[in-house]
Amino acid sequence: MGIGVKVLERPTEEVSYVRAMISGLGLTFKHMINPHKVTVQYPEVRSTISPRWRGTHRMLTTETGKAKCVACGLCPTVCPANCIKLVPGEDEQGNRYPLVFEIDEFRCIFCGYCQEVCPEEAIHVGRHYENSEYSREGFVYDLERLIAQTHPVCEMWDPADPKGE
Amino acid sequence: MNWWTRAFCPAGLPYDPQQPVPDSAFWHFLPIDLIAIVIKMLVVFTVYMVGVAMLTLAERKISAWIQDRHGPNRVLKGWGQPLADGVKNFMKEETLPKIVNRPLFLLAPALSFIPALITWAAIPFGAPLPTCWGRIDMVLANLPIGYLWVLSISSLGVYGIVFAGWASNNKYSLLGGLRSSAQMISYEIPLGMSMIAVLILTGNVSFSEIVRQQTWGWNVITLTLGCFIFMVSAFAENNRLPFDLPEAESELIAGYHTEYSAMKFSLFFIAEYANMVTQSAMIATIFFGGWSMPGLDGPPWTVLKWALSVAVFLGKVLFFLFVFMWIRWTLPRFRYDQLMSLGWKVLLPLSLSYIVIMASAVLGLDVLGIQHGWLLSLDLFVLNIVLMVIVFLVIDRGRLVSPASARVRAAELARLRAVAKVERPVEV
Repeated sequence: MGIGVKVLERPTEEVSYVRAMISGLGLTFKHMINPHKVTVQYPEVRSTISPRWRGTHRMLTTETGKAKCVACGLCPTVCPANCIKLVPGEDEQGNRYPLVFEIDEFRCIFCGYCQEVCPEEAIHVGRHYENSEYSREGFVYDLERLIAQTHPVCEMWDPADPKGE
Repeated sequence: MNWWTRAFCPAGLPYDPQQPVPDSAFWHFLPIDLIAIVIKMLVVFTVYMVGVAMLTLAERKISAWIQDRHGPNRVLKGWGQPLADGVKNFMKEETLPKIVNRPLFLLAPALSFIPALITWAAIPFGAPLPTCWGRIDMVLANLPIGYLWVLSISSLGVYGIVFAGWASNNKYSLLGGLRSSAQMISYEIPLGMSMIAVLILTGNVSFSEIVRQQTWGWNVITLTLGCFIFMVSAFAENNRLPFDLPEAESELIAGYHTEYSAMKFSLFFIAEYANMVTQSAMIATIFFGGWSMPGLDGPPWTVLKWALSVAVFLGKVLFFLFVFMWIRWTLPRFRYDQLMSLGWKVLLPLSLSYIVIMASAVLGLDVLGIQHGWLLSLDLFVLNIVLMVIVFLVIDRGRLVSPASARVRAAELARLRAVAKVERPVEV
């Protein structure tokens, strides 16, 4: 306490250490014997995640099993983290398709802009969060791996309340 | 006569199970008393270390329960957690910064751990065990100077922390070490002083005698206020919340053990728990009757009595360990000036005046012809209740956690309020 600092008299019940301590001990004891615990036993029990959860990406496919992506280049353009690498290609019929489509999940900030901007509804962020790897390279998902993901995709808005009201 | 008796207690041994083992007692040329001491040491050390390891688990479990969590429950349903921690600590990298003072840096963890362990030697942990070689006392070293021994050894514990803080060559460590030395030296005084009342009542400094004396009522009844002072000081000596200023994670990173890692850090951790066990045992022995329980005191000694008394002692120690943890997870840390003012301005005068009051009370009752017994305990109990009420009424007026600066008088307060009123900007 600096010189000249004045301390106001407060009522005893406000400044009493003993009473506060006893009631505090009582409170902690009550919590200790309370059988209701809030911990979720993670690997066995998982808490439900929101339908708007934006997690690991997933590439949807057509009926023939090819990626829906037409390599328009919108998602690498809109991506704020610059984590999408896209090299477009063109087949004999003139259909564009991605030669290289890589997403660096390590750089991704999971904003979901790629899903929002995609005209073909091909790339999606997913309701999934367990994406640990042993190396940094492992976080670069190529097209094959994006297609292989099976988790449900993010619903960018609540269908019951599309305007977010 | 079972096989055990036949093998180890050949008939015709001239020793009395109710008397101490004679110095000349040999069995197959082995000195009985020496063997008994070695066995006691091994058993106590093992139980102590395993207990300390399990305490880390208990602490985490209790903290979890208090915070509505489950706590460690993976390795063998949680029971293997101390083992897993130990393995982890052995596998971890030992850091040895270049700028530390090597000898002291390496010595410090051991220095903080050893005193806690040695203190235990003087504490009686059970009724004597009658054997065919004679009575074996359940204390490692039945020191006639138990009280002095405990005080002097437990004072050494501060060296480990101060050395660690200084040798680390780190400002946070140094601050932690400084705080710890100030705190532990401050609180050693009320710790020792509060025990003096016990000595006055018992008339002896040996722990066995202190335990024996409490058959007429535990010292917590006859010396309630002393027990209170002792417990508060024990918490402070232990550097545990609400007195964990030497560590103070939020201010000092980890205080004196900032620079330590792996097993050396672990040794500080073990030392804290070892200290806790020792302090709990001290509280139990000095104020809560030690291993004695109504019905367990006094000869003739039997094996059943011995087993029960050890269980009673363990139960008391475990209870106080629980109290240590309960308080840790309830109370926030004191501010440094509050800590010092509690030590020097509350506990020291309190314990000093308590010595005077109790000494006069014991002397007065002695003059009145009241001997050790229920009546004396009752008289002292009434006196202590009165003292407790007075002390708590005074403490409860906010003086315990009030800052060190002066309080404001009513007139001064009115003047300040008037100033504040004038200076307040006019509301438009």
